[in-house]
Amino acid sequence: MASDVVLLGERSEIKPRPRKESRGIGLGRFALVTITFFTFAFLYVPIAVLIAFSFNSARTGATWQSFSLQWYERVFSNTRILEAAANSLIVAALATVGSVVIGTLMAIAMERYQFRAKLAWDALLYLPVIIPEIVMGISLLIFFAAINLSRGIVTLVISHIAFCMPFVYLTMRARLADFDRSLEEAAQDLGADEWTTFRRITLPLLMPGIISSALLAFTLSLDDFVISFFVTGVGSQTLPVYIWGQIRRGITPEINAISTLMLLLSIVLVVVAQLIQRRQRA
Amino acid sequence: MAKILRVLREQPGIRLAGLMAPGAFWLSVFFLVPLLIMAWISFLSRDPLGFPTPPLTLQNYWEIIRDIRFAPSISLADGLAIRLFEGLYLELFWRSIWLSLLSTVITLLIAFPVALFMARLPPRYRNLALFLVMIPFWTNFLVRTYALQFMLRSNGPINTLLRALGLEPIELLFTPTAVMLGLVYGNLPFMILPLYTSLEKFDWTMIEAAHDLGADTLRAFQRVMLPLISPGLLAGSILTFVPAIGAYITVELMGGGRTNMIGYAIAQQFSASVNWPFGSAMSLLMMIIVTFAAVLYFRSGRGEYRNAI
Repeated sequence: MASDVVLLGERSEIKPRPRKESRGIGLGRFALVTITFFTFAFLYVPIAVLIAFSFNSARTGATWQSFSLQWYERVFSNTRILEAAANSLIVAALATVGSVVIGTLMAIAMERYQFRAKLAWDALLYLPVIIPEIVMGISLLIFFAAINLSRGIVTLVISHIAFCMPFVYLTMRARLADFDRSLEEAAQDLGADEWTTFRRITLPLLMPGIISSALLAFTLSLDDFVISFFVTGVGSQTLPVYIWGQIRRGITPEINAISTLMLLLSIVLVVVAQLIQRRQRA
Repeated sequence: MAKILRVLREQPGIRLAGLMAPGAFWLSVFFLVPLLIMAWISFLSRDPLGFPTPPLTLQNYWEIIRDIRFAPSISLADGLAIRLFEGLYLELFWRSIWLSLLSTVITLLIAFPVALFMARLPPRYRNLALFLVMIPFWTNFLVRTYALQFMLRSNGPINTLLRALGLEPIELLFTPTAVMLGLVYGNLPFMILPLYTSLEKFDWTMIEAAHDLGADTLRAFQRVMLPLISPGLLAGSILTFVPAIGAYITVELMGGGRTNMIGYAIAQQFSASVNWPFGSAMSLLMMIIVTFAAVLYFRSGRGEYRNAI
C-alpha cells in the first residue's frame, strides 16, 4: 500500500484524465447498437425478401399470390441451368486443386528461401489482388484470342487458377510464418528423410491452412462473374454467367430460386469453414 | 525416388526451382503476359471490325485526352462537384474515382462502428455476429446485387408496398445514388471483416493507459488505436475501393448503365461496341491509377505507423 502511494506521488505531474461518466458510455453504446442493427438489416432484408419471393407463385411483379415450389421445380428440370451449375462446380474443383497446389508450393519457396528477384515475385503476387477484375478479364480475353485458344472450360480453369492462386499464396504464407520448424528438425534428427518429414510432419501441420485456402479458392471461383464472362465460351457458361444473361433479359422468378440455392450453398460453406476453425483451436 | 531425393538434397537451388516453377510459370504466362499484350494492343490501331491491327499509334490515348479543355465550374448535380477541366473521358475517369472514393468512405463510416461493436461483444454473441457477416461475405456478389435491385425495382416489393398504402411509387434505380447504394451494399462485408479482425486483437487496456497518461479520446484513438488497426483499415479500404472503381455488375444493375464508370466503359469496348485497342488503353490507365493509389495508400499507412511509434 505504501509503495503504491509513493508510485502515485512520483507520477503526479501527469494528470490522469477522469474516467468517463457511465452515462456517456451508455449513449455511445446505444449509437453502436443502433448502427449495427440497421447495418445488418440493410445487409439481410434484400436477401430475405428474395428468398421469400422465390416461393411466390406469381410470375411477375412483387405481389404475393400463394406459396409455391414451382420455380424450384423449373430450376431442377431446366437442363441449361443444370449444365451451367455442373460447369461451375467442375471449374471450381479444378481451379481449387490447381491453385492450392501451385500457391502452397510457391508460399513454401518464398517463406523458406532467399533468392534474387524475391521482392519482385512478392510484388507480382500482390498485383492480381489489387488490379480490378475487369482488367484481368479483358487481358485474358485478348491473350486467348492471340494464342488462338477457343474459349471454354479450359480457358475458364486457366483463368480461375490465375486469380485464385495469389489468395491461396497469401493465406499459406501467413500460416507458414507461424510454422514451428523445430518439429521438422526433430523428425530429421530421429532419422526421417526429407520426403517422410514432408509427408508426416509438414503436410499434416499445414493441413488446416490448406483446407481453409481451398475453401477460399473454391468460393472465389464459384462466385466469379466478371472474369468468367470474358473467357467463357458458348457451350460452357458458368452459373453466374447464366444468371447474368437471365437478369438482363428480364424478370424470371427462376433466378430467385437459383439465388436462394446459391445462398444456401454459401451458408453451408461458412458453417464448414467455422467448424474447421473451431476444431483447429480445440 | 531415393536418387532423385539425394540430388534434391544436395542442390537446394533445384528444390527452390521446383517449388517456384509452377507458380512462376502460371503467374508469368497467364497473368503478366496477358497484361503486356494488353499494353501492346493499346498502342495499335483498330481494324474495321474493332480488333487490333498493326500500325503503331498513340491515337487511343489521344482519344482519351483529346477533348479536355479548361472550363472551371461548380455543380451540385451528383453531390458537390468542382471542376477545372472538361472532357468526355476525363469526366468518366473523374466520376469513377470520385464515386469509388466516396463509397469507400461511406462504407468505412458504417463498417467501423459495426466492427467496433462486434469486437466488444461477449465471445458467444461475437461468433454469432461474425457468422452473420461471413454469410454475405461468402455469398455471390452478383446474387446479392440482384437481391438489392429486386427490392428497389419499379414493380418491386418497396413500390408495391407504397402502392398498397395509396402512395405514389418512386423510381429508386438508375441514378448515381443507386449505384452508390449498390457499391456500399456490395462492399460492406469486405470492410467489416478485416476491420473486425484488427479490432478483435486490440488490447483495450491500452486506451485506458493512454487516458491515464493524459490523452483525450481523440488523441488516444489517433496515436494508439489507429496505428494498431491500420492493417485492417488498409485491407478493408483496398477490398472496397478496387472493386468499386472497376465495378461492372453494380453499374449495370443499379445504374442501368446510365451512370457510366471506367470498368463498365471498358467492358463496353469488348462487347457492345467493339474497339479492343481503345478498351486496352483505358484498361491500362485504370490499372496505373489503382496501383498508384494502392502504393500511395500503403505508404501513408506505414508512415502513420512510424510516427505513432
